[in-house]
Amino acid sequence: MPTATPLSRVNDFVVRFANVNGSGSASANEMFARAILRMGIPVAPRNIFPSNIQGLPTWYEVRVTEDGHLGARGGTDLMVAMNPQTFDKDIASIEPGGYLLYDSTKPYPPSKFRDDITVIGVPLTAICNREYTDPRQRQLFKNIIYIGVLTALLELDVAAVEQLIAEQYKGKDKLIGPNVKALHIGRDYAILNLAHPIGLRLRKTDKVGDKIFVEGNSAAALGAVYGGATVCAWYPITPSSSLADAFTKWCAKYRVDPETRRAKYAIVQAEDELASIGMVIGAAWNGARSFTATSGPGISLMQEFIGLAYFAEIPAVIFNVQRAGPSTGMPTRTQQCDLISCAYASHGDTKHVMIFPENPAEAFEMGAMAFDLADRLQTPVFVMLDLEIGMNHHLCRPFQWDDSRTYDRGKVMTYEELEAGKDFGRYLDVDGDGIPYRTYPGTHPTKGSFFTRGTSRDRYAKYTEEGGPYVDNMQRLLRKFETAKDIVPKPLIANAAKPSKYGVIYFGSTAPAMDEAIHMIEARGHGLDRMRLRGFPFHSSVNSFVADHDFVFVVEQNRDAQLRSLIVNECGIDPVRLVPILHFDGTPITARYIAKAIGDHLDQMTMKPAKVTS
Amino acid sequence: MTYLAKPKFHHPGLPKNELGYTHRDYEGTVSTLCAGCGHDSITGAIIQACFELAIEPHRVAKISGIGCSSKTPTYFLGNSHGFNSVHGRMPSVLTGANLANRDLIYLGVSGDGDSASIGLGQFAHCLRRGVNMTYIVENNGVYGLTKGQFSATADRGSKSKRGVINTDNSIDMVAMALQLGATFVARSFSGDKQQLVPIIKAAIAHKGAAFLDVISPCVAFNNHAGSTKSFDFVREHNEAVNRLDFISTRMPIELQQEPGTVEIVEQHDGSKVALRKLDADYEVHDRAAALGFLQHHAAKGQIVTGLLFVEKESEDLHAHLHTVDKPLNALGTKDLCPGSAALDAFNASMR
Repeated sequence: MPTATPLSRVNDFVVRFANVNGSGSASANEMFARAILRMGIPVAPRNIFPSNIQGLPTWYEVRVTEDGHLGARGGTDLMVAMNPQTFDKDIASIEPGGYLLYDSTKPYPPSKFRDDITVIGVPLTAICNREYTDPRQRQLFKNIIYIGVLTALLELDVAAVEQLIAEQYKGKDKLIGPNVKALHIGRDYAILNLAHPIGLRLRKTDKVGDKIFVEGNSAAALGAVYGGATVCAWYPITPSSSLADAFTKWCAKYRVDPETRRAKYAIVQAEDELASIGMVIGAAWNGARSFTATSGPGISLMQEFIGLAYFAEIPAVIFNVQRAGPSTGMPTRTQQCDLISCAYASHGDTKHVMIFPENPAEAFEMGAMAFDLADRLQTPVFVMLDLEIGMNHHLCRPFQWDDSRTYDRGKVMTYEELEAGKDFGRYLDVDGDGIPYRTYPGTHPTKGSFFTRGTSRDRYAKYTEEGGPYVDNMQRLLRKFETAKDIVPKPLIANAAKPSKYGVIYFGSTAPAMDEAIHMIEARGHGLDRMRLRGFPFHSSVNSFVADHDFVFVVEQNRDAQLRSLIVNECGIDPVRLVPILHFDGTPITARYIAKAIGDHLDQMTMKPAKVTS
Repeated sequence: MTYLAKPKFHHPGLPKNELGYTHRDYEGTVSTLCAGCGHDSITGAIIQACFELAIEPHRVAKISGIGCSSKTPTYFLGNSHGFNSVHGRMPSVLTGANLANRDLIYLGVSGDGDSASIGLGQFAHCLRRGVNMTYIVENNGVYGLTKGQFSATADRGSKSKRGVINTDNSIDMVAMALQLGATFVARSFSGDKQQLVPIIKAAIAHKGAAFLDVISPCVAFNNHAGSTKSFDFVREHNEAVNRLDFISTRMPIELQQEPGTVEIVEQHDGSKVALRKLDADYEVHDRAAALGFLQHHAAKGQIVTGLLFVEKESEDLHAHLHTVDKPLNALGTKDLCPGSAALDAFNASMR
C-alpha cells in the first residue's frame, strides 16, 4: 500500500503520457482527451515534444478540469509511462498519492518505484506480441490498448472512444475494427486483472457547452481567410508551419471558385523568410491582403524588409508564433520572447503594431482584424501568438462572424476621387491622424502614381535628403502610432472583489493560468486587479492602471521582462512600480507558479512585524 | 547631375503611338546617373519599347532593388507606380505584386551586384517559379554606388580601377537563367539599341519569366584598360547570335535571321559597336543547345548577345497556382469571406 493516501478526485486531475517521438502515440492520446470532452468535461491538453522526428522523449498532458481551468496546472496525477528513457524522471514527477501506469512486460525492481504512489502494471508489450505479428501494428495498437485500460481505470466512456475511432478512420473503414478491438483488449485486461476504477474518475457532466476544441494556428489561419487575406508567402519554421498549412487547407475549402474550381488565393512557400516577407510587401503594395507566418528566427531575418514596410507604409501582417530563443533555443518549447524584437524591428527609429490573442478564439478574431488594422494604419502588424496557443488544442468559445462586416481597406484613393481632382500626396497627413492616402498601382493613367522607396522623400513621395522633410515624415509616423493606440484592441480590466493597492498586467497565453492563479492568490488573502493587454501601442489606460496601484506585477514568459521594458519605455513609468514575474523554461506558465510568485511577494509586503516584548 | 524635374513642355509635333501617347509620356525624371552611363541607354530602350508597344504607362509596375541600376525606374514611365525596394530583394517584391494583380505588366530592374550577389537566391527562385515579368539586369560587373568593388559577374582576371585583379570566377546570369527554367532568356548590350529595344518588347510580351542580361559599361568605375566590361572590351568581344523583329500583335515571337551581315551601331557616346553577323543555325527553342552555345563562346572569351532561348508554350506562376482570372486585389468581402453560416458549420465540426 502506498504511504500517501491515494488521490481521490472526480473530473479534476492531470494525466500525462510519456512516449517516444515517432511511436504513433499522438493520435491515441488526443483521442483520450477528446473522449473526455465528449463526456461534457473540459480538458486542457498540451503536447510537449522534442525538435526531432523520432526517438526522443515526448509527453502529452491532459488536464481534466471540470472547473474549466485551461492553463497548465503543473504536476501529474496519473503517469502513463511508456518511455523507458524517461522512466525515472516520469515517476519523480507524480504527485504524492498519484498513480503510475506502466508496461510491466519486463519486470522492474521495486526500488524503481516510489512508495507514495499507486503502481499499476500492464504487460502491454506481451499483449501486443501475442495479438499482433506486424512490428508496426504492435507499436501502434499498444497505444490504443493503454487507452482501453484507462477506460476501465478512469471510467472513461468507451462508446465515446469508439465513436472517435470511427470518425478518425472515416474513409479508411478497414482500420476501424482493429482499433476498436485493440481498445477492448486493453479494457478487458483491466477489468479482469486490475482494481478499477482508481481514485481518479470521470463523470459525465455538461460543462463543455457549445465550446469548440481547436488549435491556435488553425484558428489564426481561419481568421486570415475571414479577414480577406489572398496572398500568403511563408517559409517552414516550427512552431508556425501549421498556420500556413491550415491556411492552405481552409483556402481549399472556402476559397475555390465553385464554377471554375480556380483559387481565389495564392500561397507560395518561399525560399526563405526574406523572400516571404518581400512577397507579402509586394502583394500589399499592390492592394492584396497578404501575410506570412513565422517564428523568432524568421523575424530576425525579416528585419530589413520590416523597416522598409514601416517607412514606406505598406500594410503587412506577420503571425509570429513565438518559441524559446535566442537563436535556435528550444524550437519546440513556448515563450513570449519576441516582444522587443517585433516592437522595434529593423534599424533606425521604428515602432510596430502588435496584437496579443489569448486563445484560439482571439487568434481567429485578431487574425481577421489584423488585416483591417494593417490596411487602416498602412503599416506592419504582428499577431503575437506562441507555441502554447498555436500548436495545442484549446477549449474556447465558438468563433463568430458578423455578416454585415466589410473589410476596412483604409485610405485608398480611387480613380473617381483622383479624377475629381482630389489632391494626392502619398505622404500628406490630410486628416491629422498621421495616416496618408495611397493608391494601388494601375489606378489612373495620369494621376496618383508615386514611387515607393526606403529612402527619404517629401510629402509627394519625391526623393529628398533634406532634413526638414525627413523629420516631418518621421514625426507623422509617430502621429500615426498615436492613432494606433485607440485602434488596436484595448486592454481588459477585471478588478478584485475589494479595492486593491496591487495590480497585475499580463497578456497572451498567460491568461488562462492567470485566471486560475487569481483565485489561488485570493485564497491567500490578497486581492489583485488585473489588466490583460491585447495590443501595442499601449492604450492610455495602461498608464492610469499603473498610477492607480502602489505597484503592479508584470507576468510574462521570457527572461528579460520584455513587456515590462516596453511599458517603461513607451509609457514613461518608473520601473520600480513594475514587479517582474518571469517564467521562461519553455513550458507554459502555470497557475501554481504565478500564485506562488505573486502570493509570496504580497505576503512579504503585507507582513506585520511581530510585537517586541521586553 | 542634380535632381531636376523634367519640363513638361514638349514639341507638339512629336509622333504618337496608337494610344495617342508620345515618347515623352513614357519618360520619367531626369537621370542622376553619371553622364554616359550605360544604364541610361537601357532606360532609353525601355522607353522606346513601351512606346512602340503602345503600353498604357500606368499599367506597368516597375520594381527594383538597390544600386545604380535600381535607381533607373525613376527615369522612365513617370505615370507608373514604382518600388525601389531593398538590396537584392526585387524578385520577391515583384512576385508578391504579381500575385496581387495579374493584369499589370511587371518590369523588374536590377543590377549585377543586386542580383548576382546578395540577391542570387531571389533571382533564382523567381525565375524557377515562372513569375510573369521582364527581369532586366543592368550588368556592369562593378559596384558603382560604393565606388568600384567587383561584383560577382566581374570576370576572373579583370582589373578594377584601383588596380586589383579579380581572382574569383564570375557568375553568368544568362547561363543560370537557362538552367533555372526561365522561359525567355536574352543578353544584349546597352549600346546596341537596335538589338535591345526589340528584345525588351518581346520580353514584355512573353508570358512567363523573361530574363534579360544587358551588359552596361560603367563609365566611372569599369571602363578602363583591363576591365572586361568596358566599352572597348565589349565592342571587341561581342558576338550577336541573332536580330529579331518583334511583332506587336503579341503573337508567338518569330525571328528573322539574316546571316552574313555586320551591324555597326552608334552608341550614346558616339562610339561604334560592331555586331557579328547573325548566326543562321541558331535554334532559339532549344534550352540545352542555348546553354552549350553560350558556354562554348564564353570559353573563347566571347560575349553572346541576342535572344538565346524562348519557350513556345510558356506558363506563369498564376497558371501553376491555378488562380482566378480576376486580380486578387480586386476581390472584395463577398468574394472572400465564407460568412457566418460556414463558421457555424466549422464550429460544429470542432466539438
